[in-house]
Amino acid sequence: MSEAPNAVLEVSDLHTFIATGGGVVRAVDGVSFSLGEREILGLVGESGCGKSVTCRTVAGLMPSPPARSTGHVRLAAYGERNVLDLSPRELQQMRGTHLSMIFQDPMSALNPVMRVGDQVEEAVGAHQRLGARDRHRRAIELLERVGIPVPERRMRDYPHQFSGGMRQRVLIAMALASRPKVLLADEPTTALDVLIQDQILSLLLELQRDFGMSMILVSHDLGVIAEMCDRVAVMYAGQIVELTDTETLLASPRHPYTISLLRSLPDMHAQTRYLRPIAGSPPPLIDVPAGCRFAPRCPLAIEECHSWQTELVQIPGRAHTARCFRHDETTREDAWLERSYESE
Amino acid sequence: MTGRFGFLRRRLLQLIPVVLGITILTFFLLRLIPGDPARQILGQHYTPTAAAAIHKKLGLDEPVWTQYRLFMDRLVHGNLGQSIYYNESAGSLITQRLPATMFLIVYAAVLAAIISIPVGILAALRQGGVFDQSTRLASLVAFAMPSFWVGIVLLLIFALKLQLFPVSGYGNGLTDHLWHLFLPALTIALAFSTIVIRTLRASMLQTMRMDFVDTARIKGISRMVVLMRHVVRNAIVSVVVVFGINLAYLVSNTVIIENVFSIPGLGQLLVDSVSSRDYAVVQGTTLVLAFFVVAVNLLTDLAYAALDPRVRYE
Amino acid sequence: MLGTSDALLAAMEGRSRSRRRLGSGRVTLAVGVLILGTIIVAAAAAPLLTSYKPDAIDPLNPLAHPFTHGHPLGTDAFGRDILSRILYGGRIDLLIAFGATSVTVVCGTVIGLVSGYFGGWVDTVIMRIVDLVFAFPFLVLVIAIIAMLGPSIFNMFVAIWLTSWISYARITRGHTLVAKRQEYTLAARALGYTNRRVMLRHVLPNVVSFVIIFAMVDAVGNVALGASLGFLGLGAQPPSPEWGVMISDGQNYLLSAWWLSTLPGVALILVGIGFSLIGDGLADILRPGE
Repeated sequence: MSEAPNAVLEVSDLHTFIATGGGVVRAVDGVSFSLGEREILGLVGESGCGKSVTCRTVAGLMPSPPARSTGHVRLAAYGERNVLDLSPRELQQMRGTHLSMIFQDPMSALNPVMRVGDQVEEAVGAHQRLGARDRHRRAIELLERVGIPVPERRMRDYPHQFSGGMRQRVLIAMALASRPKVLLADEPTTALDVLIQDQILSLLLELQRDFGMSMILVSHDLGVIAEMCDRVAVMYAGQIVELTDTETLLASPRHPYTISLLRSLPDMHAQTRYLRPIAGSPPPLIDVPAGCRFAPRCPLAIEECHSWQTELVQIPGRAHTARCFRHDETTREDAWLERSYESE
Repeated sequence: MTGRFGFLRRRLLQLIPVVLGITILTFFLLRLIPGDPARQILGQHYTPTAAAAIHKKLGLDEPVWTQYRLFMDRLVHGNLGQSIYYNESAGSLITQRLPATMFLIVYAAVLAAIISIPVGILAALRQGGVFDQSTRLASLVAFAMPSFWVGIVLLLIFALKLQLFPVSGYGNGLTDHLWHLFLPALTIALAFSTIVIRTLRASMLQTMRMDFVDTARIKGISRMVVLMRHVVRNAIVSVVVVFGINLAYLVSNTVIIENVFSIPGLGQLLVDSVSSRDYAVVQGTTLVLAFFVVAVNLLTDLAYAALDPRVRYE
Repeated sequence: MLGTSDALLAAMEGRSRSRRRLGSGRVTLAVGVLILGTIIVAAAAAPLLTSYKPDAIDPLNPLAHPFTHGHPLGTDAFGRDILSRILYGGRIDLLIAFGATSVTVVCGTVIGLVSGYFGGWVDTVIMRIVDLVFAFPFLVLVIAIIAMLGPSIFNMFVAIWLTSWISYARITRGHTLVAKRQEYTLAARALGYTNRRVMLRHVLPNVVSFVIIFAMVDAVGNVALGASLGFLGLGAQPPSPEWGVMISDGQNYLLSAWWLSTLPGVALILVGIGFSLIGDGLADILRPGE
């Protein structure tokens, strides 16, 4: 059943539907990817494309009455079993030891009424029987490891007494307390200052190497992805539209959305003075129309695009797939009509 | 003003204008009396001499500010005036009746907490489910029920028909108090619970959506620990707040219920004093109850600071 | 695999559609209006629905059980027909609900609007008064005022009018402060509209929805308050058929004639439910999304 037997994490045909007041949102609609050992996979896309929901579904964090999922999630440690079908007890066992996650806003991701030290110790003691003193010691070690100065003193502080960067370091410490093999990082630096972003990303790289972890890094910032990731999956409207290694993605992207995205980045050396945003906006994920979801905004779209039952097409050569049957034409400059620069 | 006690000091300072304002308003209540208060008090026994005596006793022959000064002067010395009806000092009357009212209020608050907290938590956890929906329906109906009526129904069923509880009174000794005041406290608690349950449920739902709950779950700790140490611990702060805000409502209900169950507290004293035109007692009781609300509000603020460290360090 | 996700999607969409069709806000509002409307009509049409006068004593027929011939809800200690008393009493309690609430809504809203809009010392003074009144337990203050004025139904109204406006003042002032900073207000001022016009035509409409919803909740409170005061002998006085007075009258006969005190309470509950449902329905319609 699995296509990448050496993968640490393998996601196959994941769907997550969320029941809302206005209808059912198809937040994740057929996502498949694998994560290798010591690999960093980037998930990039606009807000609302489903990258966060994908991670939360894998971690089992989507609230179950409104959100329901189908698909197969395989973790190396659990053999062929579907992580989505784990019992609550097994799920509890899995979290922290095999898979962990850090979130975007460190302020809201920490319990405001609990001392930081207690929260870290809680993570430390989650899966091991340790005495209070040992827990305390391990917690201090962890905080030191992530670069919190004077950890013994700072442990007694509350989250609101820390700066944004420090809070994120605390979150990372907690996530790594039980040495998970897989870390899901959901926009870990988006809420931070640019300078701090760099520090946190370096820290993550360092820890990933030292702990031998595999990581999924979610971001809407292509720059971050370019710096950190080995492979990248570009997501749009709940689906992966392109998946390949970082170099190839940046050098020779094939999906029109990826290309538009790259072109819309401010480029210091470019001749043009104007930014080129992609006209229009992503489709609502309720009552999704048939066909390619990017077609309404795609400069290369033709008649068939609106009825094509999309799938990831293999690009010959490297391990590279794209959800577009016109991917051969996308590399040709002249195929890109000026339509993309007109406002709607 | 910084640090833990800075918060306390600031709140105490804020109290002063409030307390002062309460005394002013209470003082001015007497001015509402249409016509001559002496006429109201003496009724049929009105004679100019008696009226003059009453004027002197109530200090009505002085200018307003002097009256107020006298009023405050007496107040500071604990003198709340004289009860015309009982012919003893209003202060001692109030002191006699105070314990019953306090007991009832605390009893009601505790019962309300015992009822509301589990129900509120459960309703939030099983949001949209049968329990939640029926709780909301029950709350709607309960809110429309006047508390004195609920008290009468409970009295009818449990005290008169089933004879499980006494019909009235306060009793002697702690266990006796608990037994006598159970039905009245329950009545008040039921009314109060509708508000607390709604607030707690909303607070729970809001807290459950926060990222730190996900952070806690992803550590791999048990669901119970996540619920208690993270969700409930944060949501419960709103319960403290709602108690503080609605304390006046709690006191108001107590006043009514005391009269339903004939409990010798401040509520019964207040209502009795209205018909006997015992203005000093009305004034005194109003003052004491208002001060009580202010004092408990201060306590709830402190409790809030104790529960939420973000408030302390501002 | 594709089959499973399609099946799930179809099931979820089905459930979502049926939930939406119920259109809860309007239904709630309609039910509330129905309940309250029925009671209002019944009270107004009292002479048509019963041949007994509410104060008609019948010494031959005291404490009759409900469903006695001629007296569907029984009689009280004086032989007065309970149904008739409840219907005529409804006029009084409904008057309390509407009379007390409407005056406080209008006054409180105007005061809050003025206070928030003009700011300055006007605002400070008004807010100080509001805070001051808020410091008292509401019922205690109302009772104290009634004590001074003398217990009667009119004085009860006065006491409520003097104290209840503060909630509306506070709400309106808060929303006015917010509205003041919005662009549409600044634009109106820039166009040179008079203050009064800006307040009434631009700020007020945005505040009205909050006020109306709160007024419904307040109405429930005022009905209960009126009945409570009637019960305590501080509002409506016997032999008035006001429901609170009826409940008080029935206290001495609780064990033998439970319906005397119980049935008027049911009427109070129905009125309360009516107002609550209207408030909830309006809240859903005017401000959707919890």
